[in-house]
Amino acid sequence: MRTSTRGSRRLMALAAVAALTTGLLAGCAEDSDDGSSDSDGGSGGGKTTLTIGTFGVFGYKQAGLYDEYMKQNPDITIKENVTTRTDVYWPKTLTRLQAGAGTDDIQAIEVGNVAEAVQTQGDKFVDLGKDVDKSQWLDWKTAQATTKDGKTIGLGTDVGPMAVCYRKDLFKKAGLETDRVKLAEQWKGDWSKYVDVGKDYMKKAPKGTKFVDSASSVYNAALGGESERYYDKDGNVIWDKSSGVEKAWDTSMEVATSNMSAKLKQFDKPWDQAFANGGFATVACPAWMLGYIQEKSGDSGKGNWDVAAAPTAANWGGSFIGVPTAGKHQKEAVKLAKWLTAPEQQAKVFAKQASFPSAPSAYASLKPQAATTAFFSGAPITQIFSDSAKTIPTQIFGIKDQPINTAISDIGILQVEQKGKTPDQGWDAATSEIKDVLGQ
Amino acid sequence: MTSSKQALARSAPSADAAPGSQPGAARRAHGRGTPPPGPGSWRSRLYRWDMKASPYAFIAPFFIFFGAFGLVPLLYTAWYSLHNVQLNNLDQQTWVGLDNYQNLLSSDFFWNALQNTFTIGLISTVPQLMMAIGIAHLLNYKLRGSTIWRVVMLTPYATSVAAATLVFVLLYSWDGGMINWLLHFVGVDPINWRESTWGSQFAVSSIVIWRWTGYNALIYLAAMQAIPADLYESASLDGAGRWQQFRHVTIPMLRPTILFTVVVSTIGATQLFGEPLLFGGVSGSKGGSGHDYQTLGLYMYDQGWIIGNLGKASAIAWTMFLILLIVAAINLLITRRLRKSQ
Repeated sequence: MRTSTRGSRRLMALAAVAALTTGLLAGCAEDSDDGSSDSDGGSGGGKTTLTIGTFGVFGYKQAGLYDEYMKQNPDITIKENVTTRTDVYWPKTLTRLQAGAGTDDIQAIEVGNVAEAVQTQGDKFVDLGKDVDKSQWLDWKTAQATTKDGKTIGLGTDVGPMAVCYRKDLFKKAGLETDRVKLAEQWKGDWSKYVDVGKDYMKKAPKGTKFVDSASSVYNAALGGESERYYDKDGNVIWDKSSGVEKAWDTSMEVATSNMSAKLKQFDKPWDQAFANGGFATVACPAWMLGYIQEKSGDSGKGNWDVAAAPTAANWGGSFIGVPTAGKHQKEAVKLAKWLTAPEQQAKVFAKQASFPSAPSAYASLKPQAATTAFFSGAPITQIFSDSAKTIPTQIFGIKDQPINTAISDIGILQVEQKGKTPDQGWDAATSEIKDVLGQ
Repeated sequence: MTSSKQALARSAPSADAAPGSQPGAARRAHGRGTPPPGPGSWRSRLYRWDMKASPYAFIAPFFIFFGAFGLVPLLYTAWYSLHNVQLNNLDQQTWVGLDNYQNLLSSDFFWNALQNTFTIGLISTVPQLMMAIGIAHLLNYKLRGSTIWRVVMLTPYATSVAAATLVFVLLYSWDGGMINWLLHFVGVDPINWRESTWGSQFAVSSIVIWRWTGYNALIYLAAMQAIPADLYESASLDGAGRWQQFRHVTIPMLRPTILFTVVVSTIGATQLFGEPLLFGGVSGSKGGSGHDYQTLGLYMYDQGWIIGNLGKASAIAWTMFLILLIVAAINLLITRRLRKSQ
């Protein structure tokens, strides 16, 4: 019986081509799925290649620091391995640190993971405390990366001092104060006053706009100004008794249960889009958020955005870089890490990315890019962020800081904001999630 | 054709057959000539070893790789699942027996994930396979540019999960998404596709359906092409219409293929991971704030890599494995039943 017709042979060929193409496309897709990419800092014929593992947009490459260092040290080649997302980067790094293989010569550590690194991976990092003048950093910054026995496993890169970015044009339409100094006066001292401004805004809000992007951004901003977070200084979990958490939660609940939030999830595609179409009038912005707003708003936001001092001095985010003991070129890596985190280099990163230095001596000489200043209506951002940075309370982080924070903001708050649950139900949902995180 | 039996035959060639005159001798393994006479000679022993060992040598690479990258991790995961292992302290493995499993069975999140996996699996697999048969049937007719249609059917399958899901996230966006905009025209209130139980499960299923329907349709089409045309001819002589032909000729002939796609789709549905993870966006491993679309795969990922409890994550992995075995067993039973009933 002849069943093979011309059609079916063609079909077979087609299937084969399709299978091959799929394979190829899947190959491409896998590269972009976790966003890992290798970028060569330059093609020097150096004797030593140093690799640096980072996440997100670190700004070193953008600010041209690698090229500069390679020019000064012709025997060094620097290669950056970037992972887009922290939640992909950190587990990967943890396993490599413990395997004692596969680490980069320098590994970045996000502030949400630094406690875990200090308390569980302290012996996997070189002590950098002996080689540097620790007084160049903010005290609390270095303290976060120092183990119980006084070993410093990471050098501070940037911090996330807080301000409020707001759309002047929308404020004007809503009949609110648009002057940054007077606005800051209106909400000075407490985030709940900021929420009150939001209530005023909503009375005459321009059509299709809300006061703030999300309730969880208010939560994170408010919590960043509290000295008590999820852990006490002995490393015990106190999230359910913490006064800071309670205060920040209550403030965010005011936002979630009123009509002032655009109910978006930060760092999500729709959130990006809302920047472009002006869906909300304010966002709590740590220094590193400025570059983000500029990029996502595009020309539509230019000159409409402005920056005012936040209700309380607060910190949200920031990072460190450490040198793993598994590295083959520890001496060179330490030297590079020191150079990258020195005040003058931190100032260069600020000029490019607006990532705020963790070294106070750099504050006097900070110059933001002209484009950034123009974008934010000429706001004195250096001044605003320096004032905030100098008065940030010392915060204690714990091993499971990141997953606990995720449980509160992406489970608890989101349920109230988007599913219409009551604050009590939201708190219960967050509680059972955190119990699961802590294995209780 | 030389049968494999003949190729592996141990009997030394009979002496009365002149060398080279054996039928098929030239086409024997590796096209070597016949062995020299004399069973005790060195060359003939070498030849016999070659005949015996070569097939194993040829299939060995697969089994070595499978052992290293499939079997060992599988057993190691089983070992992990009986211990308390934390991601930040891999070297300390404390024996806890079946605690991780007990912990799972008493966890609401686990049962929720199991239920979601089942629901999403059902509402994505059933419509997908039905649509695939329908499309394959249409493509089976003589059409203009049939090749183009077939290529079009495969494009969704050929796009990456990440790219496809991103587009769907924007389509299903609560505020300003195209789907809610269309609903608005019909007079339906906007639906929060990411934060409503049925809405999010429907949305995730739609991504799966979009990606896999064409793939399954192509498999069905290949099977339909193999159905002898004279069956249709005799059916139409008996006065069967197109629909009756489809029901009484096509479907029965497709039965083995349908079973194959059902098994493969079920396995795929049990392991569903990429679509819901990316659909959730930031902290997508939670499957929405209410764990509405957290599948077993997501739950495992969340426990292992986000929360860092590798022992529990391993227990979830083995539970999934057992579930798949049960699913396979059920499939086998049904297949046998169907065979007997024929």
